Amino acid sequence: MTDTKHTDDVTGVDTTGHQWDDIRELNNPLPKWWVYTFYASIVWSVVYWIVMPAWPIFMNGAWTYTGGVIGYDQRVVVENDIAEVAAGRQIFLDQISAQDLPTIQQNAELMEVALAGGRAAFGDNCAPCHGSGAQGSTGFPNLNDDDWIWGGSLEDIHVTLKHGIRWEADDDTRFNEMPRYLTDEILTADQVSDVTDYVLTLSGTAEITEASTRGSEIFARECTACHMDGGIGNRELGAPNLADAIWLYGSDRASVYESVANARAGQMPAWGDRLDPVTVKQLALYVHALGGGE
Amino acid sequence: MAASKEAAPGTLTAASFGVGGLFVVGALISMFIAAGTHDGVMTFHATLFILFFVLGIFAIGKRHFDAQENPPEPPARDGIAYHDGPIRVATIAALFWGIAGFLAGLVIALQLAFPVLNFDLAFLNFGRLRPLHTSAVIFAFGGNALIATSLYVVQRTCKTRIAGDLAPWFVVWGYQLFIVLAATGYLLGVTQGKEYAEPEWYVDLWLTIVWVTYLLVFLFTLAKRKEPHIYVANWFYLAFIVTIAMLHLVNNAAVPVSLTSPKSYIIWSGVQDALIQWWYGHNAVGFFLTAGFLGMMYYFVPKRAERPVYSYRLSIVHFWALIFLYIWAGPHHLHYTALPDWAQTLGMTFSIMLWMPSWGGMINGLMTLSGAWDKLRTDPVIRMLVVSIAFYGMSTFEGPVMSIKAVNSLSHYTDWTIGHVHSGALGWVGFVTFGAIYCLVPWLWNRKQLYSLALVNWHFWIATLGIVLYITAMWVSGILQGLMWRAYDSLGFLEYSFVESVEAMHPFYVIRAIGGGLFLIGALIMAYNIYMTIQGHVREGEAMEPAPAGDGQLAAVGAK
Repeated sequence: MTDTKHTDDVTGVDTTGHQWDDIRELNNPLPKWWVYTFYASIVWSVVYWIVMPAWPIFMNGAWTYTGGVIGYDQRVVVENDIAEVAAGRQIFLDQISAQDLPTIQQNAELMEVALAGGRAAFGDNCAPCHGSGAQGSTGFPNLNDDDWIWGGSLEDIHVTLKHGIRWEADDDTRFNEMPRYLTDEILTADQVSDVTDYVLTLSGTAEITEASTRGSEIFARECTACHMDGGIGNRELGAPNLADAIWLYGSDRASVYESVANARAGQMPAWGDRLDPVTVKQLALYVHALGGGE
Repeated sequence: MAASKEAAPGTLTAASFGVGGLFVVGALISMFIAAGTHDGVMTFHATLFILFFVLGIFAIGKRHFDAQENPPEPPARDGIAYHDGPIRVATIAALFWGIAGFLAGLVIALQLAFPVLNFDLAFLNFGRLRPLHTSAVIFAFGGNALIATSLYVVQRTCKTRIAGDLAPWFVVWGYQLFIVLAATGYLLGVTQGKEYAEPEWYVDLWLTIVWVTYLLVFLFTLAKRKEPHIYVANWFYLAFIVTIAMLHLVNNAAVPVSLTSPKSYIIWSGVQDALIQWWYGHNAVGFFLTAGFLGMMYYFVPKRAERPVYSYRLSIVHFWALIFLYIWAGPHHLHYTALPDWAQTLGMTFSIMLWMPSWGGMINGLMTLSGAWDKLRTDPVIRMLVVSIAFYGMSTFEGPVMSIKAVNSLSHYTDWTIGHVHSGALGWVGFVTFGAIYCLVPWLWNRKQLYSLALVNWHFWIATLGIVLYITAMWVSGILQGLMWRAYDSLGFLEYSFVESVEAMHPFYVIRAIGGGLFLIGALIMAYNIYMTIQGHVREGEAMEPAPAGDGQLAAVGAK
């Protein structure tokens, strides 16, 4: 069966004479284009080895490598690229660092850099919670509107960014603590329900009822110290305005009830601990410029 | 034995008693570990081991009594009693795990498009399902297909029964135990965190025992061959088995915390660990997914086309070139990292030199069809095999291109890599395996033909459409990702945040999931077709002349 010469009828090419389970092999030569392309790839590789760092060698009692004729070093290339960008920017960054925020805001050239830098830093650090368009989501405020909990001036925004909100590692963090009215048994469930009804009337979300009237008395006693008469809020204390249509944790009755019963106490990190001061300033300028800045 | 004088002698040889004894020892060790561990997963896995050993002892006994009752399988037409039982098991296992792996892939593709599908359940999390998917398709689907075809091909092309009696059974069932241990470990959170080498130390040890047995079975079969020469498919299979053993041992060198803890620590660290990991990872592609499946191609393509292999010389030259060059190419996975420049250079240049040796297999596969191209029209199985070679050619060209540092700086870490892998995995590995199984099942189960070639045709077109959707979506999203990540404004600030690039991927992730879904549907059609074939049915109106069958098939094929 095996090792008998044989010629393939279809192609007229001889086989090698081997045969395995009826499979034969033609004795075709290597395709020329295949061989030459293979050679070319080898030649190209050898040239590349001569030009670039390539082979480890043992020399003068230690391991090193052939460095290549053009002295290429990936790390040096990266360092130079970064240094070049940094050098181009440094003149502006130095000014942003030295000047106060309102002064920078008057300088169109500096603002161009600050907004670009702020936008890049926002995308990598703030967008995960506030959204890539700063549009916010439940529990994370929209930064495009003018409804600010802790103030919307440049300085307010800068302080919030730098020290965070309820961020215990930072002594200067923005801090307040709304009581958990039901959980801590300050009010009964019925009372919380009444207050909820009243709060919803403030923004015109619900009609005035008997329950909301009862709630108004409780609100006057328990809530106005921070949220003020009529629930218009107090930025000094970080107490949100309850009389507008903007709700951080939802405007439906169940969400508002939950806020009164259990409080919320959201947090934001103190970015002053994480980013350099110039970047935090750029972020403040960027967020202020989003549309709601005061 | 004296009592059953009329009965056949059975199979209880000294080797059977030896294996049975080892199983008893294995069961005792497993019991000791199950009793001593405080880890829930370890208890579970030790129990699986005990179950395996106990069932193994029963199986050895049952096999003995069955052999006394029933006559042995009739020899094939060429008079050789081939040993095909383990091959049938591995073939079914390949299909079963394939569908499980494709399904896991579809689930994680959907999770990327719609993260809510993580359902906040730990075991359904992307991080646990992703290794489940990769291991299921590479090692469970691909591995079983390779074990099945290699054991089939080596017997037929060596004209001898496979070496060992219980050993091939142990390889096949031991490999299934490895798969179950690995898969359940991932879902329960046990992993050593090395890509494509996630199973922990005890699973690695078990695979080592199984794999060395596999190697010995293969080598001894080659050694007792009745043919003067070793067929090219067997060179590739042997290269695959030997190299995977070496890669597995080096990359998984680890020190377990204790005998009763699933946790271990890899002995490599830092950039050496990274390099060894990608030396392993890349050569898993090279020797598992390339060399192994080339072995498959070298048997099933000429067999199905009934044509001689195009060039013996090319097969020799491209085999040795491929084997020699592939092993160096791993560092191209670590361009622009802590890996030194010189190692990156070597990884890249060896990848470029690898282009032609890879294409040698494509040329030999495609040109084998010369004189039989008309079969592309009439035989969907041949069409599947030919398209697999085309995808092989495409991805082995794309690979060297992506290894070039300038291209890699754009493509690395993007979906382009995922697309590249899947043109190879779905197109090449998937289709060549489907083609081989469509050939193999009628031969193994002694059937005249497949249940339905029309269904093979449906499988082919649905799966091809799926692959095209998959890889084009990943090309677009990958290049888009790469461009978004490197876009700078005039002041040197990044143009896009990472989140924005993730948002931009959404439509492509949906298209990819649709592509994967189609591929899965194709595999389900195949499973039905194979089931009906094994049941011995032929779809109405599809009965045909006897399928091509060589001396290696059972004599009964022609007669049935």
